[in-house]
Amino acid sequence: MLKVLKSGFFTTIQDQGRFGYLNKGVPVAGVMDIFSAAKLNLLLENTANAAVMEITMTGPTLVFEEPTYICLGGADISVTLNNSLIKHFKVYKVVKGDILSYGRLKKGFRNYLAIKNGFKTVKVLGSRSLYNPITTTSRLTDGAMVPYLPCDSYSSKVSEWQIDSFLDKTTLNVSKGPEFEFLDDKQLVQLFSKEFAIAKEYNRMAYQIEQTISGHKISMLTSATLPGTVQLTPSGKLIVLMKDGQTTGGYPRILQLSDLAISILAQKKYGDFISFKLV
Amino acid sequence: MRNYSLSIRPFGVHAILIEWPNEVQEAILEDILQFTNYLETNCLNKKKWEIVPAYNSVTLILREKPIDFDKLKQRLERWYDESASAKPRQKYLWRLPVCYDLVFGIDLIEVAEKLNCTTSAVISMHTENIYTVYGIGFLPGFMYLGGLPAVLEVPRRASPRLKVEKGAVGIAGKQTGVYPQESPGGWNIIGNCCVPMFNPDSETPCFVNVGDKVQFYQIEQAEHNLHIIEGEVGIYKLEKIKWDA
Repeated sequence: MLKVLKSGFFTTIQDQGRFGYLNKGVPVAGVMDIFSAAKLNLLLENTANAAVMEITMTGPTLVFEEPTYICLGGADISVTLNNSLIKHFKVYKVVKGDILSYGRLKKGFRNYLAIKNGFKTVKVLGSRSLYNPITTTSRLTDGAMVPYLPCDSYSSKVSEWQIDSFLDKTTLNVSKGPEFEFLDDKQLVQLFSKEFAIAKEYNRMAYQIEQTISGHKISMLTSATLPGTVQLTPSGKLIVLMKDGQTTGGYPRILQLSDLAISILAQKKYGDFISFKLV
Repeated sequence: MRNYSLSIRPFGVHAILIEWPNEVQEAILEDILQFTNYLETNCLNKKKWEIVPAYNSVTLILREKPIDFDKLKQRLERWYDESASAKPRQKYLWRLPVCYDLVFGIDLIEVAEKLNCTTSAVISMHTENIYTVYGIGFLPGFMYLGGLPAVLEVPRRASPRLKVEKGAVGIAGKQTGVYPQESPGGWNIIGNCCVPMFNPDSETPCFVNVGDKVQFYQIEQAEHNLHIIEGEVGIYKLEKIKWDA
């Protein structure tokens, strides 16, 4: 077990998400920044779907109760193992009683803690991703016990990676969404010439954009939405749906983020800048 | 040849959107379900593809890798023609008990005033009708029901409530539905349905499928409370009728 002494701002368990229930209105969920999480699982030679801890802004303090191997990365946060700073994207051995403690966030927004063989929390509808009300909670709280399989020895093929960080990237590559063709010239210029800032309303469900573009009177029937779908409201507000986003919606879907763009956006917070680039 | 000419477009690299004419029509929904049933049974690997029908569209999603759009579009056109003689999936009529007592139907009096009729007239109009499930989304297990009689059309509440109870039955505009969980909401609440619309612990977490029919019937509060207890211990039996119309 891993004991959560202090849970931090929003610490959750995520794998690659739920599959097969979109037609029943169940969001995919899963890690927001799949690029960082996938690299960590690869380093630990885990399966791609191994559950990791997603740490948001202010991280937790954790105590290990069995030996295993860990690796963390994503947002640039200073993290100590028994009071010594550790590196990101490097495999460390931990033993009973070791304390992992997250410090100050320097850049980005979400950090991932991967563990050998993944966290073994309960699966609901085929996934360990926390998403309330499919799971009873959406996040770990102080005192939570997170199960994992002990691992005494393991020799990794590669124990450390130099990762080309995308935390400084602000350009989101997008393709045309289903309702892209409804946009007029003025809206197109606004969309692709401006820098946008992340609004205060941003979470695992959606990122809202601070600046508006011209509104519209397009009426459409409710239809499917995906993580990375950019919706345009009648008043001109841009909403980017993320992993916990609703599975259907009635606003025009004007853009669709690339997989990497979803990870880039997942590392942004209030006031950070982004721009869209049509590819 | 089929009745409709479809629009098939990419929706990012992992999804493809198929659209029928932009109308709410039973015939369009029938055509969609005949096609999706054919796709599920004969064409697409269910372990890899997700198929999301809603009103006049179907979205096909393949998460593991990018879709070869041109190739899939050609195939879909062929499959659509082939599916002309395919059977649609068996549909059911679900009869859902609703308690319209004023403790649950918190907007019932206001709705009756707006419609210039009695609360019992609102209830009988709401229960007489058979509704069609045009989509499931917004929240897990939330049904987009079509077929509300025009005489029951009232606008959404001017300001949405921050908290609408689980099971709340609402009407707004041309729509009616059941809130499957506690959530914010702007519909006029006229009753409460004791049947859980989504149960994550069940193998079939949501019993309704798009294309099914729903009819509400009125029950008293005592029966409502009894059904809730029956539901908690797992002996509540839902009324379902094969629908072959």
